[in-house]
Amino acid sequence: MASSSSSSSPNWVMENNGVMPHVLAVDDNLIDRKLVEKLLKNSSCKVTTAENGPRALELLGLASDEENTLKGTGSKVNMIITDYCMPGMTGYELLKKIKKSSIMKEVPVVIMSSENIPTRVNKCLEEGAQMFIQKPLKQSDVKKLTCQLMNCRG
Amino acid sequence: MDVGQMQRQLVEYTKSLFIEGYLDSQFLQLQQLQDESNPSFVAEVVSLFFEDSERILKDLTFALEQKIIDFKKVDAHVHQFKGSSSSIGAQRVKNACIAFRGYCEEQNVNSCTRCLQQVKQEYFIVKNKLETLFRLEHQIIGAGGSIPMVELSF
Repeated sequence: MASSSSSSSPNWVMENNGVMPHVLAVDDNLIDRKLVEKLLKNSSCKVTTAENGPRALELLGLASDEENTLKGTGSKVNMIITDYCMPGMTGYELLKKIKKSSIMKEVPVVIMSSENIPTRVNKCLEEGAQMFIQKPLKQSDVKKLTCQLMNCRG
Repeated sequence: MDVGQMQRQLVEYTKSLFIEGYLDSQFLQLQQLQDESNPSFVAEVVSLFFEDSERILKDLTFALEQKIIDFKKVDAHVHQFKGSSSSIGAQRVKNACIAFRGYCEEQNVNSCTRCLQQVKQEYFIVKNKLETLFRLEHQIIGAGGSIPMVELSF
């Protein structure tokens, strides 16, 4: 099981003890979900996907239905990567909910978007997003992310 | 045709798709994700793209046939289509979607209808091209050959 970082190190760097990081990927687009899943798996991550914000919250144990969570299976999520533009709850709204929760607020959240709008990027970063990545996703983007997550150099 | 000739034909055909702008570098990203552990990754993603696209085109056609057109809904569909076409590297489809969104914003019915025709056309052309590509690959494999990596230097 992945251990969480100590309070002295930045919360971005998780000391995983060699265990595969578990990433929750949220995107309403089926093709993008398949793509991000493969990119993450290629970077040695365990991946769970969700097609919308509410489902993601459920899986994280932040919705009212506590039984239907990943935490119940002992699988702690080390990072969340979410699309910005989703119907219903946007990635930004999901980010805010995660950062407001006591159990999940330390987990890094990465926002993906096809539109590189400065105000959008800024508000996500201000709300605590670790990074904003432009779509379409490439292997190099994901490798960079997961490398930081697994505390390796380069 | 021997395997060598088939391989050369595939390489030339693939190159032409990039040169003519049907595909962009994102398609190469997909190809690079394919490996022994997942030898039909590209075909799987493309097949999902075909299913998803045809559903979106049906929804778009329906939405534009309404007496009172919900341009927000039309735009949402086009946004989805732009996203998935961008993620697989279907450049011309993506560009047609970008133009389409502009007319959605203007709430211009006639231009939107024209755009829909354009997007449909580009989609069916690239679908045809990709099916041809896969057919050429299958022929090579069937003849006992391997798929050559296409190197692009432009």
